[in-house]
Order: sequence, then structure tokens, then C-alpha cells
Amino acid sequence: MKKTPLYQVHQDLGGKIIEFGGWALPVQYSGVLDEHHTVRNAAGLFDVSHMGEISVKGPEAGKYIQRIVTNDISQAKKNQVIYTPMCYPDGGVVDDLLIYKFDDEKYLLVVNAANTEKDYQWFRSNLQEDATIENISDKVAQIAIQGPMSEAILQKLTRINLADIPFYGFMDKIELDGVNALVSRTGYTGEDGFEIYLSPADAPGLWMKLLSAGEKEGLKPAGLGARDTLRFEAALPLYGQEISRDISPLEARLGIFVKLDKEVFMGKEALKKQKEQSPGRKLVGFEMIDRGIPRHDYRVRFDGKDIGYVTTGSYSPTLNKNIGLALLESAHAQVDKTIEIIIREKPLKARIIKLPFYKKRYKK
Amino acid sequence: MKIPEGIKYSKDHEWVKMEGNLAYLGITDYAQDSLGDIVFIELPAEGDVLASGQPMGVVESVKAASDVYMPLSGTVKKVNNVLLDNPESINKDPYDSWMIAVEPTDASELETLLDHVEYKKLCAKL
Repeated sequence: MKKTPLYQVHQDLGGKIIEFGGWALPVQYSGVLDEHHTVRNAAGLFDVSHMGEISVKGPEAGKYIQRIVTNDISQAKKNQVIYTPMCYPDGGVVDDLLIYKFDDEKYLLVVNAANTEKDYQWFRSNLQEDATIENISDKVAQIAIQGPMSEAILQKLTRINLADIPFYGFMDKIELDGVNALVSRTGYTGEDGFEIYLSPADAPGLWMKLLSAGEKEGLKPAGLGARDTLRFEAALPLYGQEISRDISPLEARLGIFVKLDKEVFMGKEALKKQKEQSPGRKLVGFEMIDRGIPRHDYRVRFDGKDIGYVTTGSYSPTLNKNIGLALLESAHAQVDKTIEIIIREKPLKARIIKLPFYKKRYKK
Repeated sequence: MKIPEGIKYSKDHEWVKMEGNLAYLGITDYAQDSLGDIVFIELPAEGDVLASGQPMGVVESVKAASDVYMPLSGTVKKVNNVLLDNPESINKDPYDSWMIAVEPTDASELETLLDHVEYKKLCAKL
């Protein structure tokens, strides 16, 4: 198992370590529910050093990225972050990622931990433009501070006015109490917050400084468990569940990140065709009517027929309900429709509802 | 980790407390701690006849669902339905949160269960 630079800190602070995509990371500290509510109401601190970072530099770096992802980066400004899926020629998803634009010739791509090596190979094998690609994941640690109190806490460590960083914007070479870092107003919880990129050697020190800076505001360390329930309530997709090699971004409700009017990009033909014919499957949200918690891969039925499966399901701590996301045949993807989730071989009633389950509270 | 004296334990982390002719069953402190926040449970019905080792219910934390196994064979005489709406009480008080009470089919099965010293040893090895 790979260890992040914060591994020892997690051990010392009582984090419960599990294996996740080849990494040893805390699944929880005080408990998933407590951490979840803390992020919604105050702020939580996450170690996301397992995420992959890939740098793309060169005269045609922008042209290259524009061709390989589905979103349009041609209008992106310096210090802007763009979320995008990246597709295979058949429209399946290689990964979803964040693109940090430093300038026209320098970008940083942040990819899912478990996909880092696959993505790196994908980037290299599809390179035709004048650009260099480097996997710098081992040289970068990442800490996320998420929740409504995040800005007030992080502000204590820097002279930079954090209010100047807009939603999906970033600043590089910021000093956070003596530590050099890149800070973006991004996250994976549906709350306001920041993601901080820094040198691995500086990560344990900054982690401890943040915890003490946020003590009064109620900042707590949080684990992968809460990270998952938080992103799920906000209906943010997780690679391998809502999107995958076999699920297109159009099926996964990510159409606004697929710019079919772009001249050329990987997967364009397949996605265009899919859009014209309307995708065969659609991701929906549902809540249980009967008693039961839906889980990943549970089957969904209607009128005795199999119509799809649950991509993510859980008890929702914020809503105090059992809810799920499911990929269904499009004909059945109608709000208010009653469907059946097969839980331990029993068909249990659920109702399709509007997404997201939880309205994101971004500071825009 | 609480492992009280005077009750029996299974290797699957259930506890058994005899009161009169009924065996009260629940999950141990170790089990609730490993599961994390419990948010849902399923229990059998009164009158169900269940064999030792058979699943008698399900405990679900935020992250996952786990079966609870019968530590001995018996007929379900009482079901603690209060727990259905308050599954978190298993986290707070695992030994007060009995799930079902059964009339054992074979009293000798009780002897095959662990006492608190043996169970403590088992947990120490995990």
C-alpha cells in the first residue's frame, strides 16, 4: 500500500486507516456522521494527497488538452480551474479531471488516484502536439479544507485575501504560514472550500497548523467515508460508479461539460451521435419509500423488468433518508416514478426524485 | 473496548446473555466499533426458527451492510423493535441493545461459546 505524506499524522491522531485504490488512507476519525455534519456546518480537513497530478507544458499544451477533453478550455483564463470528463473514441469515460491553467503554455491536470497511471499513459500515447507531459504526483501533496468556515480558518494563515479567489479559481505560490502552496476554491463536498497543493515535506506541518487555526471554528479531520457521503448528496460523480469506461458523460448528466460545438475532440463523433439519438440510459436520483439502504450495484426493477442498477446508494446524513443514484433505461427516468430496488433479493419501493439531493452551497 | 463478564461471546462478535430460558442476543463493542455509525438494522420475525450460524439480521453502517449470525440455534421469542428506529443505540450501548431473544433448541450449544477471557484473547489477535 502506498502511503501519503500525512500517513504518520493520521496514525498519531487516531484516524482509522483502510486501503483505498492502493493507498493507505483514513476512512474516518471521529465517525462518518460526525465528520459529515461538521463539514456541512463548520469545516473538515481531508488528506487528498492520493490524487494524481500531471503537468502539461509547451507551445501547444492548450491545443493538446482542448483535443483530448470534452469541455472547452479555449476561453479559460489564467488562474482558472475547469472541470471536465475525458473520453475514449466510443464516448466511454477515461477519467474526470480538473484542469488548472497557469498560462497558455502551462497546465496542471488533477486526476483520480486509481486512474493516475492509466491516464498518464493515455496522455502520452495520444500526444501529437508540441508539449511535454510529466507525472508529478509523487512531488505533490494535497489537503482539502471544506465547509462554510473554511475561508475564515485558512485566512488566518495567509496575507493574501482569499476572497479574491473566485469559485474555480486559484492562486499559485501563496505563503501559508511559511509554507509555499497553490490554493484553489474547489472541492468535492458541495460546500465552499479550498484545495491546497504543496510539497510533501510541508504537508504534516500545514495539517497541524490548520487544525489549531480552526479549533475555535470547529474544524475536524475527516476521512474518505464522509468525503463519499458529502459528494454523493451533492450528486457529484465518482469514477467507477457514476462514470466509467462503459458510461458516457451524457448518460451521467454531465452534458454541460461536453461541448459538441468544439471543432474536434476525442469521443466527439460517438457523443454527438448519442446526443442526437438521445442516450439509452440516464442517471437519476431516488429515495427509498420502503425500509432499506440502496448500495452500489443493486438492481433496479419496474413492472417485474430489470431497468438498471444503483451507481451509489447510502443513508444520507443531511437529509436523514436512504437515497441513491441509479443508471436507468431512459424511458423510465421520470421524476416521481415508483421503482423497485432489489435489496437482499427483496424488491423494495423507491421514488425517483430531482437532483441534486443537496443544493450545493458554493461561494460564487 | 468493553467485554463484560458473565455473558457469552461468539467468534463472529455476537454476545449472548441468558435470562431464564431465553437467550438475549446482540453485537459486541468490538463489532459496533469496527462497523462505525450504525444507521439501519433488519431483524427476524417472532416465531422464526433459526439454526446456529444462520444470518438472523443485518446491521448497516453508513458504509456497508453486514450480516449478524445466530450464535446458537433457537426460536425467536422476542424482537427488539425499538432498535429499528434507534439503530445508533447499538453504537452507544452495545450490551444494552439486545436485538432478539431466542429459546435455545439445544442448551449444550451455549458451552461452545466463548467466555469473556477467551473473547478478549480473540479480539487481541485481530
